[in-house]
Amino acid sequence: MNFFSKLYYKLRKMWKAIQLYLVIAGPGIVVMVADNDAGGITTYAATGAKYGYHLIWFLLLLIPVAYYVQEMTVRLGAVTKRGLAEAIFDGFGANWGWYALIDLMLVNWLTLVTEFIGMTAALHIFGVPPWLTVTGVVLLMAIIVLNGRYWTWEKIALLFCALNLIYIPGAFMVNPSVSDILKDGLIPNFHGGFNGQLFFFLMANIGTTIAPWMLFFQQSAVVDKGMQEKDIPWGKFDTLLGSALTVVVAIFIVIVTGTTLNGTDIEGAGQAAEHLMQTDRYVGTFMAIGLFDAGLLGAICISLASSWAFGEIFGWAHSLNQNIKQAPWFYASYFFALITAGLVVLIPGAPLVLITLFVQVIAVTLLPAALVFLILLLNDRHTMGDYYNSVWQNLIGGFIVVSIVVLSSLYGISVMFPNLFQ
Amino acid sequence: MRASLKRLFRKIGEINQRYREPRIEMSLGVRAALQFLRIYLLFLVCLIAYKFILLLN
Repeated sequence: MNFFSKLYYKLRKMWKAIQLYLVIAGPGIVVMVADNDAGGITTYAATGAKYGYHLIWFLLLLIPVAYYVQEMTVRLGAVTKRGLAEAIFDGFGANWGWYALIDLMLVNWLTLVTEFIGMTAALHIFGVPPWLTVTGVVLLMAIIVLNGRYWTWEKIALLFCALNLIYIPGAFMVNPSVSDILKDGLIPNFHGGFNGQLFFFLMANIGTTIAPWMLFFQQSAVVDKGMQEKDIPWGKFDTLLGSALTVVVAIFIVIVTGTTLNGTDIEGAGQAAEHLMQTDRYVGTFMAIGLFDAGLLGAICISLASSWAFGEIFGWAHSLNQNIKQAPWFYASYFFALITAGLVVLIPGAPLVLITLFVQVIAVTLLPAALVFLILLLNDRHTMGDYYNSVWQNLIGGFIVVSIVVLSSLYGISVMFPNLFQ
Repeated sequence: MRASLKRLFRKIGEINQRYREPRIEMSLGVRAALQFLRIYLLFLVCLIAYKFILLLN
């Protein structure tokens, strides 16, 4: 009897913990899965096709990197109750604030363009013309955000996150060799040599896993959701789960293209899906659906990250809990970014795939600036109280910043002296 | 249009005024390092843009 009562108590406690997590869950998972956006899918697909399974170990390294970067925004948002843009203005003054904001706006808008590139490429496979995709997406996103509730928006976003898992069955359908994955993928190696192309791919993969918009987005989402200091442990767990999930999905995409298109120079996920259609219709369809879903999820989050940041600084009402009449500038900036980014895709002859890969690289190059501000803010004991960065957290953060700067520099050197790393 | 622009510039002026003094004190070394990082990152972005144009042509 004693055993059963103890078991009942433990199960009840566990169920309560799950219920509590389900209330807190959201920003971490949404931001991390949205990070596997259209540009991300394109980068992973191109990585698998180019390097096979050989860079899977590098993707695994990105789980702690993404976690340590993003969990800082959870603490800062829950403690200060303000977004990162506002925190930078307040902490470092207007000069640095404008730099961070303009940097964010530029990278966000460019990334938004890549989301539309991915979505139009995905639906093009099913014969949908780009203009119809752009129009349909803008209308769909208007319906999603104009319902006037953060919670509803978050639940819809989580649904799209679940659809992102479509690559997992896709990978099983192409019958990959598990021994090859373990042999080639888990032992660190630089297949094909240490050259500019490898730096480019490594940077593009970092750029798809951690990007400036994610820092701003998650912190603003934590604030808009109303998370408190007591919710921080669950917020961190949410971020850890999201970090693992995003890399798992990335690995499955690499497995799909690494198995079926290894050695092929594919230009993008859309082209990968077209190739896959010829070998296995279902896998190709999965790839295309996943690409569209990723683009849509990314577009929803990135345009919000910009609007939140603008609202914080200009003092406009900036919450999804407010309707269009209460927060007109919030929604105006949201749709302005969305529509202008959509129009770029419709320019005839635009080098869309090249834009997608370069945007990832630009995003990662500019990431250290935002990251340094974040680390400095987390070291402000006066504001952060018990939640300031420990020495270890600073070391990890510093290591990430230095690694990104070194990798960006190596790529820069390879651009200036193309023969140096051959 | 002109009135809207005027309002926008006034708002930017207000923001500059509100956040004129940084709340976090930074030593000269930290400020210099941040400034260097900013210029260096912009230089790298220019290089990437240059490569993009090269590939485009």
